[in-house]
Formats: sequence, C-alpha cells, structure tokens
Amino acid sequence: MSYIKPKFRHPNLPTNALGFTVADYDGAISTLCAGCGHDSISAAIQNACFLSAIPPHRIAKLSGIGCSSKMPTYFLGKSHGFNSVHGRMPSVATGASLANRELTYIGVSGDGDTASIGMGQFVHLIRRNVNMAYIVANNGCYGLTKGQDSATADLGSVSKYGSTNPFDGIDLASLALLQGAGFVGRSFSGDKEQLEPLIRAAMAHKGFAFIDVVSPCVTFNNHLGSTKSYTETREHLDSMPLDFVPMREEISTHYDAGTTQGVTLHDGSVIHLHKASSDYQTDDRNAAMISVQNAKDEGRILTGLLYLDPNSQNLDQNLKLATKPLNEMGKDELCPGSRVLNSINEGLR
Amino acid sequence: MEPTDTADPEYFHKVVDCQFACPAHTPVPLYIRMIAQQKYTDAYLVNWESNVFPGVLGRTCDRPCEPACRRGRVEEEPVAICRLKRVAADFKEDVADSLPKAGPPNGKKVALIGAGPSSLTVARDLAPLGYELHVYDAESKGGGFMRSQIPSFRLPESVLDEEVGYVLDMGIKAHFNSYIDSMADFLTKGYDAIFVGSGAPRGRDLPNLPGREEADANIHIGIDWLANVAFNHTDKIGKKVIVLGGGNTAMDCCRTSRRLGGKEVNVIVRSPYADMKASPWEKEDAIHEGIPIVDNHVPREFVLKEGKLVGMKFDIVEAIYHDDGRRELVPTGDEPAFFPCDDVLIAIGQENAFPWIESDTGINFSSWGLPVLDPETLQSTLPEVFFGGDAAFGPENIITAVAHGHKAAVSIDLFCQDKNLSQRPAPYVNLVSQKMGIHEWSYDSAPVDDKREAVPLVELKAALKDRALEVELGFDAETAFIQAERCLNCDAQTVFTPGNCIECDACADICPTSCINFIENGTEADLRSRLMVPANNDEQDIYVSDKLETGRVLVKDEDVCLHCGLCAERCPTAAWDMQMFLYNVTKATPDLVDIK
Repeated sequence: MSYIKPKFRHPNLPTNALGFTVADYDGAISTLCAGCGHDSISAAIQNACFLSAIPPHRIAKLSGIGCSSKMPTYFLGKSHGFNSVHGRMPSVATGASLANRELTYIGVSGDGDTASIGMGQFVHLIRRNVNMAYIVANNGCYGLTKGQDSATADLGSVSKYGSTNPFDGIDLASLALLQGAGFVGRSFSGDKEQLEPLIRAAMAHKGFAFIDVVSPCVTFNNHLGSTKSYTETREHLDSMPLDFVPMREEISTHYDAGTTQGVTLHDGSVIHLHKASSDYQTDDRNAAMISVQNAKDEGRILTGLLYLDPNSQNLDQNLKLATKPLNEMGKDELCPGSRVLNSINEGLR
Repeated sequence: MEPTDTADPEYFHKVVDCQFACPAHTPVPLYIRMIAQQKYTDAYLVNWESNVFPGVLGRTCDRPCEPACRRGRVEEEPVAICRLKRVAADFKEDVADSLPKAGPPNGKKVALIGAGPSSLTVARDLAPLGYELHVYDAESKGGGFMRSQIPSFRLPESVLDEEVGYVLDMGIKAHFNSYIDSMADFLTKGYDAIFVGSGAPRGRDLPNLPGREEADANIHIGIDWLANVAFNHTDKIGKKVIVLGGGNTAMDCCRTSRRLGGKEVNVIVRSPYADMKASPWEKEDAIHEGIPIVDNHVPREFVLKEGKLVGMKFDIVEAIYHDDGRRELVPTGDEPAFFPCDDVLIAIGQENAFPWIESDTGINFSSWGLPVLDPETLQSTLPEVFFGGDAAFGPENIITAVAHGHKAAVSIDLFCQDKNLSQRPAPYVNLVSQKMGIHEWSYDSAPVDDKREAVPLVELKAALKDRALEVELGFDAETAFIQAERCLNCDAQTVFTPGNCIECDACADICPTSCINFIENGTEADLRSRLMVPANNDEQDIYVSDKLETGRVLVKDEDVCLHCGLCAERCPTAAWDMQMFLYNVTKATPDLVDIK
C-alpha cells in the first residue's frame, strides 16, 4: 500500500511574482473520495493564490465541519488555518479578520455547514460584511453521512437510494444577494477557467465575497436523477466566462473592442466579463436576483460573477475601528494602566 | 491531433526510455524490479535472454540507457542501471539448468567468422532451432574484442569465460586459432549461410608524423597493445608513457600502463576535455588513478635522442565552434609543448579492414570500406552472407553488436527457410493491469527520494599492483535494493479509456509533475504550447485521447511522468489504469528461457 504524493515536480514549473511555483501552495494529499469535486475547488484555490502571488503565510484558511471543511488540509500547507465547530466558522472568521486585517481570509464551507447548521451565522456574516472570500462546495447531499439530501438539494432531485426530494432547495447565491452581499458569484468545480478568476477576484474584493460552487459528490450524488451530477451540471450550465487582472499586473491580454466589459475593484484590479455575458449588469442587485431566478425557472444554472459592489462598506469601515488592529498593539497599548483608566473615568464624571 | 494509437506497441515502447535507448531493447525496469525482490537469477535470465552477456555488460556497457533514464529529467542523476545489471550477475544462483540447449538438427549449417559478441549472439539465437553452427576465430579463446580490448581489471576473465561458455556449450563447434584468410575459399565450404562478425580490427596510426618510423620500437597501436597484454605477450611498459586519443580505448591503455610499470602516464588529446569520446565515468576512473588528461594538444612530432624516443611535441590549440555545428581547432600561437616519454600508445580510433574478402566474391563495399548491407536484415550483396557488430557499420560497442546478432539470426533463419527476409516476426508484447485494490498496485508505485550512489572501489594501491584485480567491487545487496527502488517503473503505463472519463479533473489536480491536461484539441505544436507546463521536450511524445463528452481531449505529456499511479488512484471511474507493458524484441527463438 502506498498513497504518497512524490516530492518530484515538473522541472519547468512557472513561477509567480514572488518566485514561488504552484507547488509552494501545495497541501497534504487529499483523502476525499477519488473524483470529488471538492478536490478541483482545492486546486482552483491553490492556483488562484499562486497566480495572484499571495505569500502563503499571509493567508488564513477557515472551515467548519464536513467533506468541504476538510478541504483546507489539502491546499496551502504553509498558511494559517482554523478548523472550527460545525457551522461556526463565521464567528471565528469575524474575530480573526478584526484582530488581523492584513491576512487574506478564505472560508471554505459546504451546503450542510452553511445552509443547515450554520445558516444563522452565515446570514449575519453577510450582514456584517466581514472582509473574506467565502466559498461553498455545494454538492446537495451529506456525503460524510452517506448521502442524505441536504438543504440545497433541488426539488425533485433523486437521491442515490431512490427517494425524490419533496422540498425546494435553498439557493445560497439568491440568499446572499437578498442579504446584501457586495460580491456574489456562482461556479462549477469542473470549470476552472471560470472558477479561478472568480476566486482571485473574491480575494481582491474588500469585503464579504461569496462564491457558491456546484461540486458533484462522486460517491453519493453523481447518478441519473441527481441534479448536481457532473453530467447534469454540465448540461444545464449557463456560464458567463471572465478573466481577472490584478492591479499590479500589466494588462497584457488584448480584448477586441466591445467584446468584454471591465469591472474595476476597489484595489484597482479589473474583472473582464466576456462577450457572452457583456450585456449582463453586475452592478444591479435587483436585476441579478431576477436573472438567477429566471435561469432557475428555465432549468439553467447561471454561473459567473452575479453581482458586485466594489465600494461596499465592510465591517472595519462600518464599525469605525481604530486603524491599528489588535494584533499590532503591544502590551502597553492594550493595558495602558490605572493612570489612563483614571483619566477616562474622570472624563465621564 | 489524431488520438494516440496505443494499440501500436511502439508507442508504449518509446515511453520506457531506458529500454527504447538500449540497442538490444533489454526490458530494464522488469529486471530492476526483480533485483529489488532479490530474484537475482530471474533478473539475470531476463538480461541473458535479451543481451547474452549480462556479467560483461554490467561492467563494461556504454550504457545508452542511463542518459535516457527519465529519473535524470526529474532529479540530478539517472538510475544506476548498468551496475544493477552486474548485481544480477553477481548474486545469481547456478543458471545452467535454466538455459536452452541445442535443438534437434534441422540439417542447415551456418558459419560465424569471429567469436565476438555479435557472432556469439547469432549462435545463441540459432542453436535451439537445430542449426549446426561453426565459429571461427584467430585467437585461442572466444569473446573477440571483449577479451582483447577490455582490461581484466575492468572485466575479470572468469566472468567473460563463463558467459562465452554458456553460448559455446549449446553445441557450437568452435574453431579457434583459425584465421580465415580467403572468403572465396570459405564460400566453397558448403555453409547455408555465413555471418561475418570480425570486428573493426585495425587501429589508426600517425604514419606521417615526423619521427614515427625512427621511434617505431617504442610506439604501439593501442588495440594491438591491449590484445598483447590480454594474451600475456606484453607485461611491461616504460616509466613515462604518453597515450594519444580521447576515447575509451585510450582510457583502457592509460590505466593498463599504470599497472605495467608506467609511473608518469599522460593522456594527451586534441579536443577539449568535454568533447572527448570516452564515457564520463571512464575519464573519472583514469583521473582517479593519477592519470592527467591534457586536452587541446595536437601531436606535432616524435622527439628522438641518439636514435631513441625521448618525448613528443604538441601544438596547443583551442576549439572554435561555428554556428553550423562545425568545430575547428585553432592554434593559440603558444610555443609547442614538450612531454618526455619512454613509450607512446596510439589510441585515436579504429577502422574496418577486410583484406581477406576478395573483390570478386559478390560482396560489395562502400567507398568507406564498409560492406553494403540492408540495414534491416544485415544481408550483404551476396545473399547468403550477413554482417554484424563492428564489421557491419564501423566501431560501436558490445550492446550494439548483440542487437545486430539478434537481427542477423532472424534473417539467417528466414533465409535458410527460403522466406522473405523483410517480413519479420512481430515483437512479443504484453499489457496487463496492475491494480490490486485501493491504494494497492502490484509494483512499488511511490517514487523514493534516495540519491544515486557510486560503486565502491578497491584501494588504489592494491589496484595498481595487480593487472587482474577488478577495480569495482559492485553494489552489496542492501545498496542494490535502494538503488533498484529508484527506478520509476516507466513500463507501468498510464492507459486511458476516454469512454469512462467524467472529466472531474482529479487526475490533473493530483499529478505531481503536471503532465495531465484537459483542453480543446489542436495541432501537435499548438497542443504542446497550451499545456499547463508546455511540452518542450520534442523527443517525448504527447498522449492524446479521443474526444471527450465536453468536446475536449485529454493530453498527457510523457516527458516527466513519474508512473506513480496517482492519476489512476484518484480516478473514480477507472478511466486511468496502470498497466504493465512488456516488449520483447523479435528474436529467432522467441522463448529462450523460462522465467518464473
């Protein structure tokens, strides 16, 4: 028995602006089922961090419980990580992002961790606009407990055991739109060309960025009758392709006039939406909700950047926090002593 | 691009770089696995079946396999293939009972001229078919250049005797001390076919260099001198020796000189050190024995004093490389350099010579003095005469001679049955899944990180004292295991079944060397440029699948695939499988040995 990822890498691997190869963003070898969509999302996150040249030690990975929440082990082995209680990753993320505002926060959750046990925390995370990229690996079933329908399973979807789901599924992207998220995207684990730039844009966005990723469960939800299988998802995919050009990168890709629509993020990065989707208005929340709903009614899965408000006010700004976060303060600043306490008390008399 | 035709065995054959590079196409990974499993006898028999002289080649082979080894492309050094072959020979049990015997006579007589590696291979391949085989050689023992040119400190006589013996014991009629001096006469002796494996027996000289004639007593032709040493006609040389030449013969001459009394031995060569023809390890071995290699020196004259050779003068040059690849040695303008010496050995190359083949025999020769042959059948312009080894296309090496032997034996067998020589039997191939269970393959799929180790040597002082003492000690069993495990098992092929693929990307995500891509089809050049890591090594193929459900194709760059099996491991639908590929080159007798 041998299940080891060899140390050898391709000798000609490209390097990013930091001189790292994608191998420097590796994690442990995956123990998820062979063919799990989540592994593709892991690879997309890894490659997105590599392409955006984020130093691995300046990233924090946060997750809850579930197949999805095991994922952070399998990428970015040199980054910070916190595997929290089921559905409680948002609290940890909120605290962490307040204490250290310099890290890039990547939250990885699943349909159970977000749409069932974690629903309460999830909506408040959106409401508070915590500065992070929140990725849901959405497979519509509880893979870790043998494939029962989850809260995102579509109405009429047939489980592996033959029962038809009688409930309408929770559409997390619509929920995020409704709740006021400043960045809402949807993608498919099997479409890295779209997923990677979307993750890069989400990481560059200053505020809460949500991506719902359809990620087939190869063991329990990849059969005839499932609405989240590889085949079914591909057949109904309505994809809006996009590119991401970070601020510090020279725009080397040439786009013919009228073929793309550029959306500039707060940090100067640009998202290019391609022709197929260039009449789509990413800055209109109501229109986005209607588009997603119309697609759903027509049996299509609309993927791409659904809504973006590059200037949304995130938690730090809304709370008017001190410019210096807690992690940068020393003991003297955090415990200024009785003299300062007395003067504060005096001021209140 | 059209989908790769994996039904053609030549595709997977090329993936096994070492075996593909080997002129005899020895199934290298197969016997290396056997060594790791301590099945030394089987490892020896796999070798013997393919290259006839594993013990000899495990010490002396030019190892074209090693520069080809895939491991050399993912880390510093290739697998120590050659010295592992020696391990199989060193640790094997008695193999005599496993070797084939002469078959019942088929009434055909074949003569073999020269008892070197090519002739002995022809004899070995034909004997089980019942041919009456007569080997002729001018020397008193078989082996040809393996005996006369390779010093016994590199190849002990006992090893050579044993492996030459295995062939001769198959009922071969050996006629030693029999120099054939007329092909015309020989053709009248009633052989059904004649194989000429007489080597390239003439060493080049410097006849026009001033002083050559006068100093003749102390100037020796390298290959003749080595033969004289091998057959005990020569046992000493002067204290100061100059060896001219930069090939492996020059290395053997200088190291032999050190053992016959040479104290100050210099190898002096025209070309720069890096361009020398000698194998890198042979140069290192010479330097290890205290022999300086002086490069960029062109012989100018032999210097005599009172009628006796006292040294040589050399012009100093530098190499200029032109854009068209041409190299020019340009004098630097420095004063000629003088090197004192008592003896000079000239080892500047060999030539073919067939003074014994008359021009009216029907055997035609090219303007280069080489026989005109069909390169596929090795048949000469006289249909019953075949050539092989150095006699065929000029000086090469033992393993090439063996490869010629296999080819010629097939031709002779077809010829003697009045069959078409160009309709050759197919190679024996096999392809079988290695899956045993989850995370379980029937080969050691995980590549190890161990580095290559050099073979230990005997103490230098002892080595220089005794001409017959073998310098290399060989690997012990433990080291052999570690070195064998470095093999990447390139014969465990990644076989892709497009119909099973659901395009989940699991293989592309897990592949440690980023070989696997799912992209839109295009021309080969276009595909190569669009891979995750562009496939810039054009010597390595790319594996392209049929169209998949999304319209894309799988493209796998074979270049640095580790054959670790993770693609198949992570494939949910068994679209990938690791299948062991065996390629056994066409031989006159297909099943020579029975390997368990």
